[in-house]
Amino acid sequence: MELKTSISPTIETQQLEVNLGPQHPSTHGVFRMIATLDGERIVKLKPVMGYLHRNHEQIGERATYIASFPFTDRLDYFCAMSNNFGLALAIEKLGGIQASERGEYLRVIMAELTRLVNHTAVIGFLLNDMGAFGTPLLYAFREREKILDLFEAASGSRMMCNYVRPGGVREDVPEGWLERAREIVNAFPRFLDEFEALLTENEIVQQRCQHVGVLSKELAMNASITGPMLRASGVNYDIRKVDGYSIYPRFTFKIPLGTVGDVYDRYYVRILEMRESVNILQQALKEIPDSSASPAISPKGLALVKAPRTFRPPRGEAYGRIEAPKGELGFYLVSDGSSQPYRYHVRAPSFINLTVLEDMCLGYKVADVIIILGSIDIVMGEVDR
Amino acid sequence: MAVIGSGVLRGMGVTFKTFLETYPWGRLILRTLRIPVTNGLFTIPYPETKQQHPERFRYFPFLVYDGTPDNLRCVACKICEQECPPQCIHIVMEKDEQGRPVKAHGRTLPKQFDIDMSICMSCRICVDVCPFDAIEMDNEYELSASDRYEHMIFDKHKLLKSADYFQKIKPTEAATVDARLAAKKPKA
Amino acid sequence: MLPSPDEFKITLEQLLPGVSLTLDAGWLVVAPNDLVAVCRCLKENERFSLDYLANLTAVDYPSEQRMDLVYHLYSMAKKHGPVMLKVRLPRAHPVVASVTPIWRGAEFQEREVYDLFGVTFEGHPDLRRILMWEGFEGHPMRKDYVVEDQDVPT
Repeated sequence: MELKTSISPTIETQQLEVNLGPQHPSTHGVFRMIATLDGERIVKLKPVMGYLHRNHEQIGERATYIASFPFTDRLDYFCAMSNNFGLALAIEKLGGIQASERGEYLRVIMAELTRLVNHTAVIGFLLNDMGAFGTPLLYAFREREKILDLFEAASGSRMMCNYVRPGGVREDVPEGWLERAREIVNAFPRFLDEFEALLTENEIVQQRCQHVGVLSKELAMNASITGPMLRASGVNYDIRKVDGYSIYPRFTFKIPLGTVGDVYDRYYVRILEMRESVNILQQALKEIPDSSASPAISPKGLALVKAPRTFRPPRGEAYGRIEAPKGELGFYLVSDGSSQPYRYHVRAPSFINLTVLEDMCLGYKVADVIIILGSIDIVMGEVDR
Repeated sequence: MAVIGSGVLRGMGVTFKTFLETYPWGRLILRTLRIPVTNGLFTIPYPETKQQHPERFRYFPFLVYDGTPDNLRCVACKICEQECPPQCIHIVMEKDEQGRPVKAHGRTLPKQFDIDMSICMSCRICVDVCPFDAIEMDNEYELSASDRYEHMIFDKHKLLKSADYFQKIKPTEAATVDARLAAKKPKA
Repeated sequence: MLPSPDEFKITLEQLLPGVSLTLDAGWLVVAPNDLVAVCRCLKENERFSLDYLANLTAVDYPSEQRMDLVYHLYSMAKKHGPVMLKVRLPRAHPVVASVTPIWRGAEFQEREVYDLFGVTFEGHPDLRRILMWEGFEGHPMRKDYVVEDQDVPT
């Protein structure tokens, strides 16, 4: 897009600096952007973050490996289950723990349900940012609510689940849970159809989103963008396929890709990803072994849950990564042989995805900045850590 | 090529359908037209009616006693104090003048057992690590208070609840705990 | 498929005369002065094409008076990885060249390391504190950082 330096060639204009946030509902938390405007157009935009910084990494270095789990719930508070999963994988790598069969299935089911929760909420918030107050968001939250009830029945908490552990899950799901999950998952595609009828072909949504905030394929790869944002720019990279961690290689699913890399593609890729998640969930819920055939947690993992201080992994380092709903969530652990990690680092997807915020916003209007930010899908608990 | 505006109209059809779903007569119309009806969620008028929570719903921990309040299962081993991620538990063991632990019912007991509920984050790790099944998660959540120090630091007496209460709120979990304790007893 | 660390070392040393690498339990240890040349080669050479910098962080070892920078590289085009680089810096004066001109993804991660560990990245376009506020003293992720005691009123 061509950048105009002044509105009219004859009238001299002055650039204006505007603070967007930190206390503003459209910034998804306490996030601040210092935008320099020329008329309505953005010529410079600097993100400012850290208002929610609590040095999660240092807290992790002062706690045992298990005691970090409830803190990871609070990183990306929409996706507690997948945050737990990421840390569990890193610890399993470090300590050589094998997960039980049923535990693996339950973890994948939880991670994919989390993806549904996250993507419905994000699309709802994106529409809210666009000015469609309430309606799409509440439709999305209605479905999210049903899944949160499932989480509550399994783990005891709706959002701060603290459920996945190295070796499996903390306790087996209660009786009848899998039937309920099947019901909800099977009803989900109908909700998606309805949601798409509401939004996908809506001319107003298209006008606001198409060709806004375009992110090129080259820049997306170079700037370490991951998750739906990367795939909306047309890069076929999904860690579930590339690394094949846990039991993902057993399931057949497609990776939806965008073509343009604009806000609309980011919206649509998320819708398609939810359909694929439903696909994975249906397979996993069909194949899951009975609790009599395999426990929900392996004996080594159970020992870790019962006595966290006895777990002393050998000296070494491990980097465990998963495809979280927002992108690559990585945990880098360094062990010095004691019961606490020597170094504990979180590679937060939404923090790094913010790198290209300025590049995507330049030349667009203030109202577009809000939806571009909404389409990145940030959660400040994770950005600031 | 779709007519401009048809997408918006289709979307309005969805909202209109949802509108019909909220009324019994609307649902009747939808059923006669053979349109599938989805069940929505209903708001609960909170203080009057309370939501039914699943059995595993957890809030803050409490201490379990068997029979009488002096017969508590806790032996003041301090494992939960050590493992608590936000460090909100404080335990002092009951000791006599010579500094030897006092025993009652054949085990040591805590003189002081405080949990700072304004710090506790309901993670359930104390329950996981307790070797004596002495601490369990409560589902009582109406605990608002005006003073952070006086009302939110729960001492031993405030935390003590009977095993029967535990059985009442979490029957399945209590059954497994009781089975485990019964299996332990003959050995001791 | 990606060559093994040993082959990696040999190939890289052949491609870049004057650069010497050491191996340490699967890690390629790069001298601070060679970092940019090695990274550029890893990204641009067809055999590696490591176009994705997944993770960049630091580990502080006060007992050994050093600070390690850790790089996890993957390839999105060829779908292989990880190649793990380590750069050992003196703890008293940690300065290293920035890799932001090679991978834009390093921009925020280097700012974070600068903020929390105090490593200076030369050639970074905008090296400021990112999580802590401007004017904050010290680097909170260093092992010798003293956490203020909240029980003692200041």
